[in-house]
Amino acid sequence: MSDLTKLSAVELSSELTKGSVSAVEVTKAHLDRIDSLDKSVQSFLHVDKTGAIKQAEEVDKNRKENKKVSSLAGVPLALKDVLTQQGVPTTCGSKILEGWIPPYDSTVVKRLKSAGIVILGKTNMDEFAMGSSTENSAYFPTKNPWDLTKIPGGSSGGSSAAVSAFFAPLAIGTDTGGSIRQPAAVTGIVGAKPSYGGVSRFGLVAFASSLDQAGPFARTVLDCAMLHEVMAGHDPLDSTSINQPVPDVVSAAKLQDVKGMKIGIIKELGGDGWQTGVLNRFNESVELLKSMGAQVKEISIPHSLYALATYYLIAPSEASSNLARFDGMRYGLRVDDGNLSAEEVMNKTREKGFGKEVKRRIMIGTYALSSGYYDAYYAQAQKVRALIAQDLTNAFKEVDVLISPTSPTTAWGLGERVNNPMAMYLADLATLPPSLAGIPAMSVPIGLADEDKLPVGLQIVAPFMNDDRMYRVGGAIEASLKTKWNGLLIDQAPALGGAK
Amino acid sequence: MSRITREEVANLARLARLDLAESDLDEYAQQLEIILESVAKVGEVSTKDVKPMSHATGLVNIFREDVTKESLKREEILRSAPASEDDRFRVPRILDEE
Repeated sequence: MSDLTKLSAVELSSELTKGSVSAVEVTKAHLDRIDSLDKSVQSFLHVDKTGAIKQAEEVDKNRKENKKVSSLAGVPLALKDVLTQQGVPTTCGSKILEGWIPPYDSTVVKRLKSAGIVILGKTNMDEFAMGSSTENSAYFPTKNPWDLTKIPGGSSGGSSAAVSAFFAPLAIGTDTGGSIRQPAAVTGIVGAKPSYGGVSRFGLVAFASSLDQAGPFARTVLDCAMLHEVMAGHDPLDSTSINQPVPDVVSAAKLQDVKGMKIGIIKELGGDGWQTGVLNRFNESVELLKSMGAQVKEISIPHSLYALATYYLIAPSEASSNLARFDGMRYGLRVDDGNLSAEEVMNKTREKGFGKEVKRRIMIGTYALSSGYYDAYYAQAQKVRALIAQDLTNAFKEVDVLISPTSPTTAWGLGERVNNPMAMYLADLATLPPSLAGIPAMSVPIGLADEDKLPVGLQIVAPFMNDDRMYRVGGAIEASLKTKWNGLLIDQAPALGGAK
Repeated sequence: MSRITREEVANLARLARLDLAESDLDEYAQQLEIILESVAKVGEVSTKDVKPMSHATGLVNIFREDVTKESLKREEILRSAPASEDDRFRVPRILDEE
């Protein structure tokens, strides 16, 4: 058997079903690769070897006994450390949760387990998912497998790095303002943010509740769709969960046809300040879509120019409220010398347990929600949010999907933006409007930028609960580029540590 | 005009229960100033008669039947507590001793 870590989830699934390889063998192959190469990438915070092998053994046993198993049974996955998994540490990349062992599974994890998907471990992230580079992790920064001196995107940078380094064919991330799409773009893989409410948030440690959404990472559009299908669906434990059938993303990913589709280029997302190589690849994708029979036109989302300001008021406001639960009383860190009052313990625990970006956002949120500023900041941001959503709704009266580059630049150097919060925030420029509107969006790789030979992503945005449309476009682009490149973009990534 | 002074940061930190180091106040003041100046851009938009949007689903008041269900076991929850005693969370003193 050739290198199992190089296979897609679909290919692994087919080998596993045929019985040419066992789930334990597949799991061990990935664990071995992590063992030998994650030293340089640092994508995992915790590798659960014992648990993963146990899960794999269970899948093999079920197959042997001819029990019905799902098509992804035995395929390994990397899980962002913001979703709870019973008995496995969950830190959210923060010192305040160091050592916390959740007593319950998140709904996403429950669904993965019942599909027989093998969870290899928990991936690194910006603390509480706040950041675009994974450098805000309280533990260590993760490196981009394409170039170990570059960031892997964020906040789900551990997950994007794990998939692009072939440590796992699948990963779960979460996306509040771009935290799946931007890391997918800068590491040359596929990542999708489902419609808000499409995937249960139960057991997802909250950053900004009205925006947070878990979603899939994979190296192919079809793999991504298959994981999407496993994760999504109504959950009574999440009161914002949508009680509707999951859009048929898998069939859409297989269509590979965009003939007659109406595609809108978001006029405001591009131009001055955007990296030339990113725009070049984007323009080529537009031509490609046209050549495949899509009708492409430019469309204006005027209020998208205010998305950054709106998001950086709403998300920190919700965060300042959500993160109040970390008070050192019931779980996680407690700083106490035995003589302090409860309030002093809270103050000292939060000061020690939270990193700088988290504190900045808590303070911004506290400011925006405080009396005297509430109307001008938070309430006004909520109204502008409504206008952004309205612009997008209007656009979908004219087109089926919208497109833009996923991020204004390719991966930047580690350390370059850590002391400049606003520069970091700019990475989310294109991903924020769909987040604020709660609509689905994904990133697919469209080539390497001319300047730095680093991956560029195309963002595809669809109307609410029409997630299948973005997979249709993504699948078609991927199929066409695959022919051109004689493989996937990720196959062009340099070998890690000399090994191939 | 400066929106955020050192004192303002100290006040925000107090409201947010963060015992910030004195030496960090200036850096935060400077950064928060830049961020707030940028997000104040929302004020440029005319929002007369616009209803605020709190989330995307339009769902309101999701109820469930009021029936008792099994919950997590007490010992499992307390296992992760920083301190516990007699099946309860143990917390520092809440009232001043006077």
